[in-house]
Amino acid sequence: MKRDIILAGVGGQGLLSIAAVLGDAALGLGLHLRQCEVHGMAQRGGVVQSHIRYSDAPLYSDLVREGTADLILSLEPMESLRYLPFLRPDGALVTNSLPVKNIPDYPDLDRILGEIRRLPRHRIVDAAIMAEQAGSPQSANLVLLGAATPFLGLAEDSLEAGIRSVFAGKDPRIVETNLRGFRLGVEAARHAA
Amino acid sequence: MSTRLLLGDEALAQGAIDAGLSGAFGYPGTPSTEITEYVQRSPEARSGAIRSHWTANEKTAVETALGMCYAGKRAMASMKHVGLNVAADPFINAAISGTNGGLLINVADDPSMHSSQNEQDSRLYTEIALVPCIEPANQQEAYDVPAYAFDFSERHRIPVLVRLTTRLAHSRAPITLGSKRPQNELSAPTDRERFILLPSNARRSYERLIRQQRDFLRESEASPFNRLVEGTDTSFGVIACGIAYNYVLEVTGGAPRFPVLKVGQYPLPLAAVERLFAQCSEILVLEEGYPYVESKLLGSPPRPSPRIRGRLSGDVPRTGELSPRSVASALGFPEVHGLPASSAAVSRPPSLCPGCPHADTCRVLNDALATRRETGRIFSDIGCYTLGALPPYSAIDTCIEMGASITMAKGASDAGLRPAIALIGDSTFAHSGMTGLLDCVNENTDVTIVIVDNSTVAMTGGQTSSAERRLVAICEGIGVQPAHLRVIEPLPGRHAENVAILEEEISHAGPSVIIARRECIQTLKRGPRRPADKGGGK
Repeated sequence: MKRDIILAGVGGQGLLSIAAVLGDAALGLGLHLRQCEVHGMAQRGGVVQSHIRYSDAPLYSDLVREGTADLILSLEPMESLRYLPFLRPDGALVTNSLPVKNIPDYPDLDRILGEIRRLPRHRIVDAAIMAEQAGSPQSANLVLLGAATPFLGLAEDSLEAGIRSVFAGKDPRIVETNLRGFRLGVEAARHAA
Repeated sequence: MSTRLLLGDEALAQGAIDAGLSGAFGYPGTPSTEITEYVQRSPEARSGAIRSHWTANEKTAVETALGMCYAGKRAMASMKHVGLNVAADPFINAAISGTNGGLLINVADDPSMHSSQNEQDSRLYTEIALVPCIEPANQQEAYDVPAYAFDFSERHRIPVLVRLTTRLAHSRAPITLGSKRPQNELSAPTDRERFILLPSNARRSYERLIRQQRDFLRESEASPFNRLVEGTDTSFGVIACGIAYNYVLEVTGGAPRFPVLKVGQYPLPLAAVERLFAQCSEILVLEEGYPYVESKLLGSPPRPSPRIRGRLSGDVPRTGELSPRSVASALGFPEVHGLPASSAAVSRPPSLCPGCPHADTCRVLNDALATRRETGRIFSDIGCYTLGALPPYSAIDTCIEMGASITMAKGASDAGLRPAIALIGDSTFAHSGMTGLLDCVNENTDVTIVIVDNSTVAMTGGQTSSAERRLVAICEGIGVQPAHLRVIEPLPGRHAENVAILEEEISHAGPSVIIARRECIQTLKRGPRRPADKGGGK
């Protein structure tokens, strides 16, 4: 078992929390793991990405090689397209449908969604709506993680344990909201399948 | 033994804690910040057993660490690559004096300039200082380095430079922790003249440092971080420095067929290089940063055999960090294609946060300068406010290095350029702006200095600014006239008032300081700061 995943989004969307949950879950299963993230200047409202890799065989590179990613998991639709050269031709793309329009030349959303729909394996998730249902817009990142479970190769209970562990220091209500969001995402993935 | 998921920066910090660290000092700078932050958050630092705090700048960090190692303890200073420029004086001279307790200088280079203004390679500094350098290949090595490097430092009484690059600094992997070593006892050196670098002493010490080079080379030849892995295909050999080794293993499935010399400690292990040269007629050098090893091996004029390939030969891109792709390509593997790039993904540059006080200050600057833009210039500095260079503000004209705003404004004013305005953050001012202000006061220079005081080191994640709450007193102490030391609150509702104040001070024909004070929107969101976040905290 091996997964090479690109996480994409915009600064402040909670991308590193998803990376932490995946990392915790993979570590709990005794898998080899590499996860790299972006700090510093780029975080200020700009492009944020993380490469996460886990495998039952040893891993060496912190970065995913172009053309080999199994999955692009994106918190923002335009950002999901930025990393297509990393995705292997039959790889999957799971993205939030809600754009973050903090630039003047944000392209037409229909064009973006159209390009995504032309990919062989894609899921466009209304994560913002489901996050509201879960109790907080902040849980959209975990809705998306849930929606990506068919491509993650990790059991749902491992991921739930990861959520509990990563948010352990927070208000218990935040943990519950995040778990609800995650499960709504999992549910949506089942219906889409 | 326990396992922890740690960034390269954090692994290095945990390795130092477990190796008997007594003090960790530094100035925040991407990608090095998490080293000192990790120590600060550790139970050892919180209990006061390890002293750790953000210093005013990298120079004071290295000097403080040197002082602690003088007292017999193990100490380290951590910074980004350009921070070593600031700390170059104590770094180079600590190699002449030598150390007492162990001393590590941890420097994180930023190839590809993810969050920096250049790609300088810290390995070149070790050539000037004549000190050894250790460059871990992965997170586990980053954890293992401090125990080894502190022992090395104490065995040879020499500072050791530990070089990280961005990818290792900011990537996580599971780390197996080792045993814990107690801290050193207090023991000041008895050979006192060694630390008094009068020319007569320094000449002796320099001779000793030169003699030590042989010992450092011998250590490199036997280092656990250097290793020649034999291969069956000797048509070419690879020298892979630091994390380049990971990429070689990655693209060869962990089993390269050609011989690979993994380099993690310098000076370069020459015996191993010669063994590789004896086998191979072609050598590919893979290294992050400058073609440092490549140019050494290439020689001048270039040696005819073996043929040396790398960044200089064009086999590896001359600039930017390595990647699995660039390494695979240099090794001659066919390219793996993903999906075609999409033109719909347009650039999304970083920007000031909504509600950021710097945005208001940029608007004030633009309006106050509106009629004077032909001649007037805004000399800016390193920090979030550098983003004021981008639309919709396009407010600043320069950003060179930490502290250059005030002094460049002074030079331009001396040349006759008016108005000459400096824009500098509170932490950058404390780092290296204060001395420039003293120059302006001494010369009664016609400059207007705007200190944007958001009461934190914002760009690197909200560390404590060392001049917090003392900016007015510092400027007064330096000699700014109270009438020309103004404090404004950069808020949209105060825009007209703030523009008027800036215009008044621009028309003053001497040095003025305007402190634009409003807390960073990011630290404000986090609520009141915990005492442990304070500077000088344990």
